[in-house]
Amino acid sequence: MKKTAVRIYMGLIFLFLYAPIIVLIVFSFNKTKSRGQWAGFTLEWYAELFKDRLITEALYYTVIIAILATVISTIVGTISAIGIHYMRGFSKNMLLNVNNIPVLNPDIVTGVALMTLFLSAGLRLGFVTMLISHVLFCIPYVILAVLPKLRQLNKHTAEAAMDLGATPSYALRKVILPEIKPGIVSGALMAFTMSIDDFVISFFTTGNEVSNLSILIYSMAKRGVKPTINALSTLMFVTVVILLLIINKKSEKGEELLL
Amino acid sequence: MKRILVSVFAVVVLLTMAFTMSGCGNKVVLNVFNWGEYMDKSLLDLFEEQTGITINYKTYDTNETMLAKLEAGGSSYDVVFPSDYAVSEMIRKDMLLPLDFENIPNFKYVDDRFKNLEYDPENKYSVPYFWGTIGILYNENMVDDPVDNWDILWNPKYAGQILMKKDVRDAMGASLKRLGYSMNSTNDEELRQAQEALIEQRKLVAGYYGDEIKDLIANGDAAMGLTYSGDFMELYWDEDADFSHISFGVPREGTNLWFDTVVIPKGCRYKKEAEMFINFLLDPDVAYQNAMTIGYPSPNTVALERMRQEEPEAFELDGFWPDDEIIEKSDVYVDLGEYKSIYNQLWTEVLVD
Amino acid sequence: MKRMKILAYPYSVWMAIFIVVPILLVLLYSFTEGDIRNLAELRFSTRSYERVLEPIYLKVIVNSFILATLSTLFCLLLGYPVAMIVARSNPKVRGMLLMFLIVPMWMNFLLRTYAWMSILSPNGFLNRLMDLLGLPRLEIMPGKTAVLLGMIYNFLPFMILPIYTVLSKIDKQYLEAANDLGANNARTFFKIILPLSIPGVVSGITMVFLPAVSTFVISGLLGGGKTPLIGDLIEHQFMWEGNWHFGSSLSIILMVMILISMAIMSRIDRNGQQEKNGQSKV
Repeated sequence: MKKTAVRIYMGLIFLFLYAPIIVLIVFSFNKTKSRGQWAGFTLEWYAELFKDRLITEALYYTVIIAILATVISTIVGTISAIGIHYMRGFSKNMLLNVNNIPVLNPDIVTGVALMTLFLSAGLRLGFVTMLISHVLFCIPYVILAVLPKLRQLNKHTAEAAMDLGATPSYALRKVILPEIKPGIVSGALMAFTMSIDDFVISFFTTGNEVSNLSILIYSMAKRGVKPTINALSTLMFVTVVILLLIINKKSEKGEELLL
Repeated sequence: MKRILVSVFAVVVLLTMAFTMSGCGNKVVLNVFNWGEYMDKSLLDLFEEQTGITINYKTYDTNETMLAKLEAGGSSYDVVFPSDYAVSEMIRKDMLLPLDFENIPNFKYVDDRFKNLEYDPENKYSVPYFWGTIGILYNENMVDDPVDNWDILWNPKYAGQILMKKDVRDAMGASLKRLGYSMNSTNDEELRQAQEALIEQRKLVAGYYGDEIKDLIANGDAAMGLTYSGDFMELYWDEDADFSHISFGVPREGTNLWFDTVVIPKGCRYKKEAEMFINFLLDPDVAYQNAMTIGYPSPNTVALERMRQEEPEAFELDGFWPDDEIIEKSDVYVDLGEYKSIYNQLWTEVLVD
Repeated sequence: MKRMKILAYPYSVWMAIFIVVPILLVLLYSFTEGDIRNLAELRFSTRSYERVLEPIYLKVIVNSFILATLSTLFCLLLGYPVAMIVARSNPKVRGMLLMFLIVPMWMNFLLRTYAWMSILSPNGFLNRLMDLLGLPRLEIMPGKTAVLLGMIYNFLPFMILPIYTVLSKIDKQYLEAANDLGANNARTFFKIILPLSIPGVVSGITMVFLPAVSTFVISGLLGGGKTPLIGDLIEHQFMWEGNWHFGSSLSIILMVMILISMAIMSRIDRNGQQEKNGQSKV
């Protein structure tokens, strides 16, 4: 009885999360560009995908930036979260509040403010400035994901380890990190999610050489987003799912996967 | 797991280096900044082949985001495609370079009607790219009155079936024109009346949308919506779907004539090559191919004639080719200067209610 | 262990450069008038702040807070059970489940929102399904319900993940003890699981509520632009009107209001923590 209820609930949640994804995939096979009608099945958008030089280039930068931003922000975010965790009082509150600012500020404000900052520092807008900006808005999510795990940590374990002669870095690696791993992984996941889907901040902090998928897609809005984008999203989605299934198969022997 | 992560990271770094390295070299690279999906991209290859100049093509979503980026500086663009009012704003802010028409001989193909327009009175800075009107996109099955006047957007019979364009100039413009005023009015009393009419219209409006109106009307979600003629042409040219029940009415009282143009902004590094590119776009063959892909009327007379032979039916449509009489009564947007914020304030009040 | 706090120093420097300096810039714009590109010639002015006080902007801010609070609440109510179910599921499928909860968010936001429009619009898939079933059509979009739904959709995973991470640890030890002592399920939940998961809940609320207040686009596309949110207005000021001064004032006000509400939140959180500690002593 309880098991069925759980299954139904999870089913509904997944239906909610995937309903638009299904619609998006269906439209990638629609003959017409308009979302207002089903005009028959076609694969032409998939064929066109590989001919469009803007799309391949944008996809490349989107993925590279997302991976780099995730790796950097996860490392920096985790280390900083540990630091913040061991702080007390005013400075801790201050850091946490400042850390929240990129999360709460409208993207447009972050975007134009960063653009102004980069330009007044004499930087050339491009790959590096865009990457910095992505790292900037990803770190707060990593910190917010890791902190709860740190609060759960038994205060005395690390101290005990150090009393027994472990160096702080050893205690960090062998005692703290394994405990907070789920927080780190979910932080990384959220960072990746934020980065891969960012439009406004990217638009303002990149230059004339680098563009990402979001910029490309939003700029299509006036003339109608082409189903090639739906086709691309479908392929990305399928790739991710297949990768997940492979990883899962492989790690089944090794029991626990990432989380 | 660690090993996988490390190798992924290494590949990423290598790829990044490969890409940044490939950008070096002494070739001329022309930075072209255009609306998304607003050019036949095979033309870019053609231009590169003919001239050996490389084109770095990037896209933007609105005049405003493009302006914000250009004004900020930090990265240079050589060719940009602003609309009418944005051109006059760029002229006012001294952001454009005057074109050297010696390098653009193909300008002679541009219809004289589209030269020296209000937004660039001496035609020093811009060349028209495409043009059109705003009007009412509607579903013939859901509307049984003639759609040839602005009043229909205020007709209570269609309450909840009307979509308004979420654009301060278009919405205020429609309201002003309906009352018999100019779409560029800077008369406080006229503006007040136009705002009042929009507030009154609010209860009939199902929603205020931007680029989505086309799809909502095509899907039968609403009966009519204020939008660009280009949105209609998009549906009209669609060969795979059946949108024969979707029409476009251009109000007899006159409407807005919009122009998207080609300009060279300050900071351009290769002005001569940029002018070559503009000249290339005005070449009759190129303009024809581009117009056939985009589906909007070309300001290029030769290209247009060929289009007329190819697609005579389109020229019967108000959405593609409005009567001279309508054009006569229509306004081209100009930069409002100080009145820009007044328009915006009035419009925000309409939306927030 | 105190020495560990030096780990936060590099990030403090980073924040000073890339967060605090830009915010000071925004603060400067908010208190001035004149050409934004010429910092030397800006004149002090409080005109933008006077404008924020106009009723229409306050109304929009209040609307945004209400919608953000509602969507946070729904995310919590919907997401908490999901996090619990995942935390209790077989470790072999846990990672998979979590990944599949967040993967939809990797698809482009605009495409996902367009897809919701196709589902919810008056003549959309949902209503056609209702027709097939012989049920009355729903009038969700455009409207506040659709906006709320869109917001819940986009933020739900950000609620689930942090709650899951704290729940994944609590489970076994405590629950078995509680069961041994004869506590029933509801009692175990409210007395043990919920208090222990508060840090995760706080993170989740932060990651949902903060971006939800300033969200834009969703309200335009799913709400038909009839209930603009503060994020829409700020975007409008920066982009369409080009009035960075007023846009800056709006965002400073928004920031202050959010930080105040967060301070209240963290006070509640701290009290909750103390209560919990007090109980565990008893």
